[in-house]
Amino acid sequence: MAPVTLKKLVKSYGNVDVVHGIDLEVKDREFIALVGPSGCGKSTTLRMIAGLEDISGGVVEIGGRPVNDLPPRARNISMVFQSYALYPHMTVRENMGFSLKIGKVAQSEIDTRVNEAAAILDLDKYMDRRPSQLSGGQRQRVAMGRAIVRKPDVFLFDEPLSNLDAKLRTQVRTEIKRLHARVQATMIYVTHDQVEAMTLSDRIVIMRDGHIEQVGTPEEVFKRPATRFVAGFIGSPPMNLNEATIADGKLVFAGGQTLPLPIEFRSRVSAGDRVIFGLRPDDMYPTGHGLNSGEATDVHEMELPVSITEPLGNETLLFVTMAEREWVSRMLNPRPMDAGEVVRFSFDLSQAHLFSPETGKTLRS
Amino acid sequence: MDHNSSHRLKRRGLKVLHLVGLFLAMLVICLPGLWIVLSSLRPTVEIMAKPPVWIPRDISLDAYRAMFGGAGQGGIPVWEYFRNSLIISITSTIIALIIGMAGGYAFARFKFKGKSGVFLGFMLTRAVPGIALSLPLFMIFARVGVIDTHFAMILIYVALNVPFTIWLIDGFFRQVPKDLAEAAQIDGCTRWQAFWQVEFPLAGPGIASAGIFAFLTSWNEYALASQITRSVNSKTLPVGLLDYTSEFTIDWRGMCALAVVMIIPALTLTFIIQKHLVSGLTFGAVKG
Repeated sequence: MAPVTLKKLVKSYGNVDVVHGIDLEVKDREFIALVGPSGCGKSTTLRMIAGLEDISGGVVEIGGRPVNDLPPRARNISMVFQSYALYPHMTVRENMGFSLKIGKVAQSEIDTRVNEAAAILDLDKYMDRRPSQLSGGQRQRVAMGRAIVRKPDVFLFDEPLSNLDAKLRTQVRTEIKRLHARVQATMIYVTHDQVEAMTLSDRIVIMRDGHIEQVGTPEEVFKRPATRFVAGFIGSPPMNLNEATIADGKLVFAGGQTLPLPIEFRSRVSAGDRVIFGLRPDDMYPTGHGLNSGEATDVHEMELPVSITEPLGNETLLFVTMAEREWVSRMLNPRPMDAGEVVRFSFDLSQAHLFSPETGKTLRS
Repeated sequence: MDHNSSHRLKRRGLKVLHLVGLFLAMLVICLPGLWIVLSSLRPTVEIMAKPPVWIPRDISLDAYRAMFGGAGQGGIPVWEYFRNSLIISITSTIIALIIGMAGGYAFARFKFKGKSGVFLGFMLTRAVPGIALSLPLFMIFARVGVIDTHFAMILIYVALNVPFTIWLIDGFFRQVPKDLAEAAQIDGCTRWQAFWQVEFPLAGPGIASAGIFAFLTSWNEYALASQITRSVNSKTLPVGLLDYTSEFTIDWRGMCALAVVMIIPALTLTFIIQKHLVSGLTFGAVKG
């Protein structure tokens, strides 16, 4: 019913472009996350979809019709703000029913819909309080309730969890996911937190400097990052990225250490090429302490000294120096380990990535 | 004596000192007001007595009776003055508030060319002493023929108050998060509705206090009013005070009585409105 399409969308302030003509198709009922570092244009894009920001160029379509010149109220959207933006002079009930009251819906209908939303969000007990008498998590739920009550075509979320503490954030994240399953509306979610983006969305849009770097499912952007930026942005701890030169079918790193060229890339590079080599901490593990994914067809082993360990209980992060850089390795089923110990590491090169140092794009087809 | 009791004594001593200090401060603030009320109730002999008579011996409401007694009995046209003062103050306050709200909102929410220059200009108008304008104003108003009219005084007070109300109301609109108006627009409001439904109620206490300031300025203003007003047509209460001075005598008691009559409405209004000045109303709108 309500797909959202962006066509060559541009936003500029004076001479400065902050969004450089992005194209994006959000399918009906899809949950899509816009993610990127601060200043990448994700919030601006969302605000253009909402109608809170003028569009400098291009088209925004909601439900198949252009809405460029429609005011926010005519777009049938709801938005949850980072600050929640609850009306402080109204009770929770009034806050949630406000949009319907403005829309001149009958009071009985307002009551039904508000109570319904309150039940979903477990807010029944707080309906007559004012926002100032609520905790951060409760305010967050009221903000979501206010969004639900409108029964909009599209939900927009602007970093809704960033004011919550870590524990509450995980909890509300699950609530948002449940909400999506329940209300079946298109949702566009802006965040700078890649974990939120990965856990919530059907597809992720990774943005940088007003451009889209990659659009894909969480699995796609994790397993097959299109650019070096995506590779470094998605995943925690981040992917190890290091420059190397190709020689004799090998990757030669600064300091002279070498790794065999991953099989997948052998036909794609030639001797003398400079590349960025990327390998996730999960795919570089002390031998016998890695994921047994069954995909490990291209494993190379190397002994390296461990400089620092970070035990996390179920796993330990090992920091090793290789090619004059610090690399991170994830050790599953950890055993106690001292700094300085020399350990045999397995490099699962079937999971390795190569990027062009000039364009930052992947060298995979 | 152990440490605890010595500390307790010390704390009590400090508390007594604190109260004494507060009492002295309040005395300085309240005594002139009290003196005016007292002076309006006692004979001139007592008012002029040296050393001052602190406890009045002879209290009467004669001054008030005479004042409302009308001309001929030593009275003045106090009802007319009162009416003039009310009409001029209330009208000019309402106009100053309307302009102040529009201007304050514009300054708080919109970007436009020369914004800070215009804003500074408003402030600079306050730097000009009003009395310096009285002669030019008098001449212009005389030419235009609006001397001794309500209109002239309202115009002057609106001009006097608008920079201040804009400045004050701008500050209060700035405190209302922009997100709220945006949320209201997404909830289906036009910009106009968002203003009246969300931003106005939240800035309300601030607008009310700007209103009090504007009202009191107009209500108490003397210098310009004494130039522009001539007769009962437009004379305001502060100017009316001068009716109690004659060539050789000053009726202190009558003057004080009129001062009390002036103070009471201003005090009442301030008291009524300050109840609505619930601060911190915006707390809880955003963040946790």
